[in-house]
Amino acid sequence: MDMRDRIKESLQDKIKDWQEKYIKRVYFSIDKKDIFEVTQVLFRGLELRLITISATDMPDYFEIIYHFSNDPAGEIYSVRVTLADKLKPEIQSITPLLPAAEWIERETWEMLGINFKGHPNLKKLLLNEDWPENDYPLRNKK
Amino acid sequence: MSHKIIVPIGPYHPLQEEPEYFQLYVEGEKVVDIDIIIGYNHRGIEKLSESKHFDQVPFLVERICGICSSSHPYAYCLAVENILGGEANIVPEKALYIRTIIDELQRIHSHLLWLGLAGHFIGYNTVWMWAWKYREPVLDMFEMVTGNRNNYAMFKVGGVRRDLKDEDIPILKKMLDELSPGVDLFRGAIMDDPVIKMRLKGVGVLTRQQVVDWCVVGPTARASGVNMDIRRDEPYGVSDRLDWKVILEKDGDIFCKTIVRILELYESISIIRQSLNKMPKDGPIDAGVKDIPAGEGIGRVEAPRGECFHYIKSDGTNRPVRHKIRSPSFMNVASDKVSAVGGTISDATLTLAAVDPCYCCTERVAVINKTDKCKVMNGWDLIKLSQEKTLKLKEGYYGRPE
Repeated sequence: MDMRDRIKESLQDKIKDWQEKYIKRVYFSIDKKDIFEVTQVLFRGLELRLITISATDMPDYFEIIYHFSNDPAGEIYSVRVTLADKLKPEIQSITPLLPAAEWIERETWEMLGINFKGHPNLKKLLLNEDWPENDYPLRNKK
Repeated sequence: MSHKIIVPIGPYHPLQEEPEYFQLYVEGEKVVDIDIIIGYNHRGIEKLSESKHFDQVPFLVERICGICSSSHPYAYCLAVENILGGEANIVPEKALYIRTIIDELQRIHSHLLWLGLAGHFIGYNTVWMWAWKYREPVLDMFEMVTGNRNNYAMFKVGGVRRDLKDEDIPILKKMLDELSPGVDLFRGAIMDDPVIKMRLKGVGVLTRQQVVDWCVVGPTARASGVNMDIRRDEPYGVSDRLDWKVILEKDGDIFCKTIVRILELYESISIIRQSLNKMPKDGPIDAGVKDIPAGEGIGRVEAPRGECFHYIKSDGTNRPVRHKIRSPSFMNVASDKVSAVGGTISDATLTLAAVDPCYCCTERVAVINKTDKCKVMNGWDLIKLSQEKTLKLKEGYYGRPE
């Protein structure tokens, strides 16, 4: 079965807004609370590889995209999560499930101030230890 | 001595090449834990990129890394072209060939550089000198194709900036022919040498499962039997029109990582030769892209160290709203946590270097002995330890010299 169908079948109504923007690029949104479960299905079940997480500070919300690669077919599945709380953005960490996410989540946390709940080692990665708190370089400054 | 002791070792000067700081926790000779501290050279390029015009960004991302300085602009261009409808649909034929040639030339020079340094680390300084001797003509070829020996300034959205001259093509082919015997020499020197085999076999093993768990990419993953190569999985340039194969090994030790890189040199030479033969004589090299519409795009290329990933979000203005960059070493260096633990200190330098993290990273390593007192070693001490081990193996094999 095609990977698209397998993802649709295993995630079913967790998927919102399925978009095939370009031949090998699929974007879909999920709810914030489903991220751990979805990662489990994509990474352990369907054996996709996590490329990275990209987060963006949008005017009204934070957007996190988890990019998964289906290497045999050269496709990228980008899972979009929206964090509506601008003041205290928070999401569950996927590091306990996926060791490779450790550095990625640490980087996202220090650059955009998104808190990853349950991360085993959430400390500065690229910035210095004495970087001022609540100053996040990649947030838009008014 | 507990895990919690942190020994600061300096100096960390931004001018040092690729500062990364490793803290090894050891019991006797054995490494039991490792801390990796990075970020000494963080330059905020993602943020900076948001303030640049789409046309200026290639020059910026080219400077992320001096060794794979064409992978980043290439991945960026692919990401923007993804918004525009795909590289194959907008970039002219001849530019595709030139892009592939640059990409593969870069792989040759990077792998040779790694090979030389790995040779130095195990005390084979002849390998080091020879590798760098054969790397020199590759840089000359770069100069011929792009005008620069480094930071090529060739990539732009929709094409390349400089055409390849017809009269240069025979010279490039001749230089490629002269390169092959050099690679043969390395293959013989490394694959047939019993001491190198003893020194590298079974050292710094990364199992297939660890590769999957840590999302390791590139030659490091291929040495553990994970079959992935962006050039084949998601072809860019003309990589799908040429005849070449993905090199796979299965043991995941440093010996396999070396073999993968040496055999990839042959593939790259073959790809460049085929590209030079098939490249159209005339034709445009630039599509003349003016405006970038709103949207988001992903571009990725197989850099010498693995998958290089760029994500671009555009809102229709002349600047990217978000530019996310993920270099291959970001994933590979993190996996040192599993590959170095369990080995000995004399193997640690080599294991940390085996993912090709752009060297010199091991300049500042702290060794903390868990049971005994604390000892601080610098990079040179560690290289010496590694070289002594090779010497001992050599004496065991050939007998002690008179």
